[in-house]
Amino acid sequence: MKNALFQYLLRVGDTNLVLSHRLSELCSRGPFLEEDIALTNIALDHIGQAEALLKYAGEVEGRGRSEDDLAYLRSEVEFRNCLLVEQPNTDFAYVIVRQFFIDVWEGLLYNALSTSKDETLAGMGTRFAKETAYHFRHSGSWMVRLGQGTEESHRRLDQAFRDLWHYTGELFETDDNETQLAEAGIAPRSDSFRAAWLDKVKQVAEDAGLALPATDYMASGGRVGIHSEHLGHLLAEMQYLQRAYPGAKW
Amino acid sequence: MSHTTDTQGPLWEVFTQKKSGQPFTHAGSVHAFDKEMAIENARDLYTRRGEATGLWVVPAEAIVAVQPDEAAPFFDPSDDKVYRYPTFYEVPEGAKNI
Repeated sequence: MKNALFQYLLRVGDTNLVLSHRLSELCSRGPFLEEDIALTNIALDHIGQAEALLKYAGEVEGRGRSEDDLAYLRSEVEFRNCLLVEQPNTDFAYVIVRQFFIDVWEGLLYNALSTSKDETLAGMGTRFAKETAYHFRHSGSWMVRLGQGTEESHRRLDQAFRDLWHYTGELFETDDNETQLAEAGIAPRSDSFRAAWLDKVKQVAEDAGLALPATDYMASGGRVGIHSEHLGHLLAEMQYLQRAYPGAKW
Repeated sequence: MSHTTDTQGPLWEVFTQKKSGQPFTHAGSVHAFDKEMAIENARDLYTRRGEATGLWVVPAEAIVAVQPDEAAPFFDPSDDKVYRYPTFYEVPEGAKNI
């Protein structure tokens, strides 16, 4: 059970850590000042969530690893984030669609976690759900704005939506660890909120004038450490300082 | 993400309220393309550290203001007309206010 919880915390923690890093890459590169600040604020929320989850993961593991050790001293194959969040900031539409898929997912996940029998997780679920409600308001309104905006904004949004769609199946993969946690009332099965996720996504897509992709193909692998080519580059940058100057503090 | 002319959208003025019941005060301004974006941007810039419990955004162009070069005639209190000031009333004995 301890290992199941550790693995689960890595999944959710790493997903937040990697997404936060992707968003932080946009700092000072946002399309305009206010949006730059909005995205950076959201990045800060995700790093806060990652910090809490990985800190708890380290405690559960019981081998004395801190949240920083887990973030900076693990290699690519040890990361358990979903593939969606490591996808690059191809353009603003990709940033928004990626965020939107995650915001809907995290909203459902954190709400479910808030009733966990594990008090630490329940506390995090309640706190994070509040942050996520705001993230969704931001990404959801951009979905509609871009979808109903100009011909070009619609085309780009549609492209990003179809391109990132096949990374969404992984969000609902449920393995033995998760089944074990679900039976103990500690964490929900990811496949239990797939229908709710689809409903919400469908509704916003409709408002944005997008059709759901008809494809059945879904990418997989992030949950077992098989990542796309993008994660290694991201980690090289994120972990550089601690790798080059072990234990550096400022 | 071009840097030609102004691509940041129209300007909105932001008003925050510290506590319920207190007056809204001007906090600053933000750029945004619509109402929803304006209130989100204002929230990110002016209320993220618990500064407010109420928030208004108003399109800057909807605000009617006195132009600085009109200020002198507009606000001139006509000091030469002493009868504009209520200084000629005698306060009845015992009354604290009129």
